[in-house]
Amino acid sequence: MTAQTPRRGPVPLDHSKGRNAPAPRPPKGRNPLERREARLAWGLLLPTIAAVTLVVVLPLMAIFWISVKPVGLADLRPPAPIASEDLRGRPEAVGDDATLRYRLRNSSQDQPITGVVLTDTLPEGLEIGELDPRCALDGLALTCDLGDFEGGHRETIEIPVTIGQAFADAGMALPDSPPGLTGRASNVLTSDEFTLDNFARIFDGGEFWGVLWVTLVYTVFGTIGALLFGLFAALLLDKSFKGQGVLRGLYLFPYVAPVIAVAFTWIILFDPFSGSANALLIQMGVTTEAINFFGQRPLALIMVILFEVWRYFPLSFLFILARMQSIDSDMFEAADMDGASPFQQFWYLSMPQLLGILSVLFLLRFIWTFNKFDDIFLLTGGNAGTRTLTVNVYEQAFAVSNIGAGAAVAVVIFGCLLAFSFLFFRFISQEEGL
Amino acid sequence: MSMIRHGYVAGPLLGLLWALVIATTVAVAFSFATGGAFRPGGIGSALLGAGLGALAVAAPRLAGPVGLVLGAALALTPLAPVVTGADVAVWLALLAGGTMGAATGWPIAAMMAECRTGALTRHEFEGAVIRFLTGFGYIFFTAIVAIPFYVMVMTSLKNQSELIRNPLDFSIDLSKGWDLFRSYSELFGQFNFGSYLWTSFLVSVLTVAITLLFAVPGAYAVARLRFTGRAAISRSILLIYMVPMIVLALPIYIAFSMLGLRNSIFGIVMIYPVTTIPVALYMLQGYFRGLPAEIEEAGLMDGLSRLAVIWKITLPLSMPAMASVSLYVFMIAWNEFLLAFMLLDDPSKFTLTRGIAALNSSEIPRQHLMAGSVIATVPIMALFLGLERFMTKGLTAGSVKG
Repeated sequence: MTAQTPRRGPVPLDHSKGRNAPAPRPPKGRNPLERREARLAWGLLLPTIAAVTLVVVLPLMAIFWISVKPVGLADLRPPAPIASEDLRGRPEAVGDDATLRYRLRNSSQDQPITGVVLTDTLPEGLEIGELDPRCALDGLALTCDLGDFEGGHRETIEIPVTIGQAFADAGMALPDSPPGLTGRASNVLTSDEFTLDNFARIFDGGEFWGVLWVTLVYTVFGTIGALLFGLFAALLLDKSFKGQGVLRGLYLFPYVAPVIAVAFTWIILFDPFSGSANALLIQMGVTTEAINFFGQRPLALIMVILFEVWRYFPLSFLFILARMQSIDSDMFEAADMDGASPFQQFWYLSMPQLLGILSVLFLLRFIWTFNKFDDIFLLTGGNAGTRTLTVNVYEQAFAVSNIGAGAAVAVVIFGCLLAFSFLFFRFISQEEGL
Repeated sequence: MSMIRHGYVAGPLLGLLWALVIATTVAVAFSFATGGAFRPGGIGSALLGAGLGALAVAAPRLAGPVGLVLGAALALTPLAPVVTGADVAVWLALLAGGTMGAATGWPIAAMMAECRTGALTRHEFEGAVIRFLTGFGYIFFTAIVAIPFYVMVMTSLKNQSELIRNPLDFSIDLSKGWDLFRSYSELFGQFNFGSYLWTSFLVSVLTVAITLLFAVPGAYAVARLRFTGRAAISRSILLIYMVPMIVLALPIYIAFSMLGLRNSIFGIVMIYPVTTIPVALYMLQGYFRGLPAEIEEAGLMDGLSRLAVIWKITLPLSMPAMASVSLYVFMIAWNEFLLAFMLLDDPSKFTLTRGIAALNSSEIPRQHLMAGSVIATVPIMALFLGLERFMTKGLTAGSVKG
């Protein structure tokens, strides 16, 4: 690429290559045009990078942070001082005595709040009696420096007042402005308190290894099943006939439909009490009593794997079909002339050509199945031996209300994912030249 | 093993297997359509299939008609290919038997078309097996895809007591007229599904718009411009595509709780595009790479700036890719469940998927749940069937180069 710097004036042509002129050298560094191109590229990418950083990279870092914090679901609301004011003594006329009362408490039962300050603007027309020693009055502005509140601390500040004319005119009611109350509370999310309890908890006992095992079984069989079904479906549709388009559209339905709709359909179809599948099986004499498909081990795991295969075979079949249709058909004619049987043609001609896409699909689907959450969550909620790592994140964080442990599981998932991606890139780089 | 490659062995064997497949299919289809008791008769259908298979080799033209007659004739005998319960009308039993016989006879004749009575070549034999497997595949895949959707639609048109009485009876009582759609009118009337539908639509369209706004320039930069770090960016896009949503959902939930963005459409519209931008960017850059760079260079030579080139040359050329990416992103946003489930608690702001999740309680009859599922499924299906060409291309074109 040559620089397009604007030229001013005639450019002297240099015919005397050699003796006096310095030998031409390749430009060092990057020329202005390249720099401009790079700037433009970063400019175009900037919004994406910013957005992705905000929603992907920051949360990922947050996950690592939270995983070493003792955070429960309740800690998401940090402790705060709470105040309410009312006027006691039922004053009825000008000159009556009353008490202005502030009731204060710490919203948390165990966390202290330091430096609590109460501020309020008193209504006009109140004659203020003796003030609490911690409070000061400047005009109508009341400020009370209350010091520290222990966890579960409650206290009341009472100020004796006498009703004046202005207050009586205003309807004997306190204005709607709530009193202000500020204080510093240590938030467990931002404190310097760290713990490895979360990891200890999730690795403790046999549960974690059970979950990991279920995840691997689900991922491996779900992936392989979806690939095999996809290959079979692609072989069916790899010829043109009337209605091919309709069938192809129909076979994509499971993938396109909302997961929640099809998951609930499966639940109703396989319901142990009034599901059609059970009724059908009983009628055909396969079983004598209803089967609880999603409620018993190991059937529930088999069912969620089947659901995964059913829902994602369309994706594999699309990719495999696209690859198949790009295979040169001359080859098959030549093989046919040479007497290769249909199965031989498939095994020795098609399969080697499909191996690339099959292995890429395997890796991609493996990672995505490993990451799958919705399907199992909707079908079984992780019960009956179907709890995978992703479901465990939800289970720990929201069912057990231990956000820190949930984050620790998420960190484990992320670690596995990094390992897979490493494999993926090593492999894909060769396959796809990416 | 070579015995099997003999016309009179292969024919009856394939016929037997095919008859079992067909008998099961017919029994299931008739059960679902009428609610009656149908089940495949093992011995009856095996014998019928083997016989028809032999006939298909000997006299291919006869297999179909003979199958039709034999199937119907055997229907009420102990050797019935499709056994019926006592409460099934005689004409239905005859129809089921005849259907089964015909659906066995003609296809088996077609499968054995190239096969002679004697020893078969490997070619002829495998051809027959492949035709058998193809037929089986069509029936199998159509059944596993169609049955759940059939059950979904039909359940939504029935009521609880009918469903409990006979879970197999999906026949529709047309005399009820508009009353059939009661679940739907209740969903739209009492459960506010009209508003959910609108929210989902709005969120999905906004997601598509924002995603394209971010992804198009980014994809162009990665595909066309040269800069250090291009390969790294290209890879990180794929990597981010693989980060599981549940891992991100947890901190997003915490952050939204603290910022007060939970229960707001704004928060949802902020999050959804970011989950789709990497996919869209990856798909689009694959397409942009395939466009000839010469056209753009011509534009540059004629004095257009880069941005003008993108706007006036690249975008018009990549309309098909834009359509498929939009469709794909729309589908992701429309079907999204996890984030909506975690972030939305206020029924007035539900998206459709969140609304359906709220229907999943023991107090709400299940035909409402299925009607809700149908409401969520129909728009995306309609859109997808109308634009299927783009969808298929979009899914395969960018994601993995084949």
